[in-house]
Amino acid sequence: MSVAVAEVVEKKSEPLFSKKNRKLISNPLDIDNPITVQVLGICSALAVTTQMKPALVMAIALTVVTASSNVIISFMRNTIPSRIRIIVQLAVVATWVILVDQLLKAYVYDVWKQLSVFVGLIITNCIVMGRLEAFAMGNKPGPSLLDGIGNGMGYGLILLIVGFFRELLGGGAIFGFKVFEAMGLHYKGNGLMLLPAGACVIVGLVIWVQRSINGHRETH
Amino acid sequence: MKFLRNQLDKVKHSFEKGGKLEKYYYAFEAIDTFLFAPNTTNDSKGSQIRDAVDLKRLMMTVIIAMVPCLLFGIYNVGHQHFLAIGQPGAALGEKIGIGLWQVLPIVVVSYGVGLGIEFVFSILRKHPVNEGFLVTGMLIPLVMPPDIPLWQVGVATAFAVVIGKEAFGGTGMNVVNVALTARAFLYFAYPTDISGGVWTYLGDSQAVAGYSGATPLAVAAEAVKGQQVVAALNTFGSGWNEGVFTLQNLFIGLRPGSIGETSTLMCLVGAFILIVTGTGSWKIIVSVFGGAYAMALLLNLIGGSPFMELPAHYHLVIGGLAFGAVFMATDPVTAAQTESGKWVYGILIGVLTVLIRVFNPAYPEGIMLAILLMNVFAPLIDYFVVSANKKRRIQRATI
Repeated sequence: MSVAVAEVVEKKSEPLFSKKNRKLISNPLDIDNPITVQVLGICSALAVTTQMKPALVMAIALTVVTASSNVIISFMRNTIPSRIRIIVQLAVVATWVILVDQLLKAYVYDVWKQLSVFVGLIITNCIVMGRLEAFAMGNKPGPSLLDGIGNGMGYGLILLIVGFFRELLGGGAIFGFKVFEAMGLHYKGNGLMLLPAGACVIVGLVIWVQRSINGHRETH
Repeated sequence: MKFLRNQLDKVKHSFEKGGKLEKYYYAFEAIDTFLFAPNTTNDSKGSQIRDAVDLKRLMMTVIIAMVPCLLFGIYNVGHQHFLAIGQPGAALGEKIGIGLWQVLPIVVVSYGVGLGIEFVFSILRKHPVNEGFLVTGMLIPLVMPPDIPLWQVGVATAFAVVIGKEAFGGTGMNVVNVALTARAFLYFAYPTDISGGVWTYLGDSQAVAGYSGATPLAVAAEAVKGQQVVAALNTFGSGWNEGVFTLQNLFIGLRPGSIGETSTLMCLVGAFILIVTGTGSWKIIVSVFGGAYAMALLLNLIGGSPFMELPAHYHLVIGGLAFGAVFMATDPVTAAQTESGKWVYGILIGVLTVLIRVFNPAYPEGIMLAILLMNVFAPLIDYFVVSANKKRRIQRATI
């Protein structure tokens, strides 16, 4: 759980898509990725990535929840008493999660069934709470919106990469489309990739590749 | 020999600093020092301690210890093949021929893939090729079923070397046993090819009437209430391979199973070589057997199911317990390092193996998972041994 001190980004008004604010979107995709660098939201990343479709839906759901709760908390940030801020944040997040949950149930019922408990568990997702605590509590609604979208996309990016390899290697398909069969090849599914352990291995490989490209090192 | 030396010297300059193949120096160096003594040895003057043991020698000792298991395994694969297709009278040469035909490709694939990856990593990371894979490359074929598809051996070896070893920093840095990582990978990735009736190579031939591919562990696990496992084992195989699961034959090892694991006798020969040369820790070997025996005795006392009542000494000769105890648990990198830690480590492996065997129907053999689990716990065991030692010494100290 990251309960970092709120990092204050801006003092005076500046355009929404200033250079500094654009970083709020691009940083979480790479050097500040919620999964591979902050190591948050791992449980859902392992649980929903056996296929790409639920991974994509989950990524969108989390992005919507993070971005909209960021905005609301950011509007309320000066009126929330700090002793009960967690419960206020939870109430806001829970409202959004229930909305998203009902929408998914209404329009993509089969995926909603696959995601099962993990949509509801967005409430306790460390990324959502982490962004509220670390960013929305100390910044204006505009940058908070971008920060929420950025982190949701960073999470979604890793989810889709992991989902891609798990579905391709485990079931020989991409978005349910049987790639190898379409090419006329017989493919024997790799059962390890369908287990959470396979997702762990792939997340590890993604971190390995990412860090050897951007040179990120843990600092203690 | 002279010819090889000359050839190596001829190409040497292009691998050295400034040469056009400089990048591949470590690949060249690995081949050179594998074939000939490295030229960095001490000369006869001076007063340094001289000993022939280095990493290469240590690894070769382990390989020599595995040779009995390998040779027996090759013979046994052929032997089981002819028994299963109903030709018990096949000549010795034919059996060995079939065995070689099945086993050698697995060995070649395992070494080829593994060493290839080692060479690539040593060139990328600019360090000499380590000898660690010589043993791993031999262990992997010995824990495979005889008719495993070769591409699976390749994939598993690649996975084990990259994820199990290189990701942690290469030889000597791995947390879990590399050969068992390869087997565990296959076990979870392609379960149908490494469990069930795959332990005998049938080829294109039809199995003889009454043939069953079951292993002693499966027989024991399937024994219904009121049935004695020992009786079921003794009568197993009547008609095509009478007495295959008697205690004596289980010990000698002429039974279906992974290539190298079947013979407890050959494993003990290997254990003897390891212990006499000081390569493997006798404490670990003894404590694995001891832990398994004690746990099985305890289950005997509790009773309840036929498997729990299986006499304790049977647990030591069925499955791969002996092979795992001698060659896998003693891996000096992944085992506990402290002397009293080795006892705890070994005993827990034995206890867990029997527990998994008896109580988990999804995993018929427990030694692989038990060793992998204890590999992970080994540093923790060492930590407690070291801190207990510190505490004792502080109490003794008079400051």
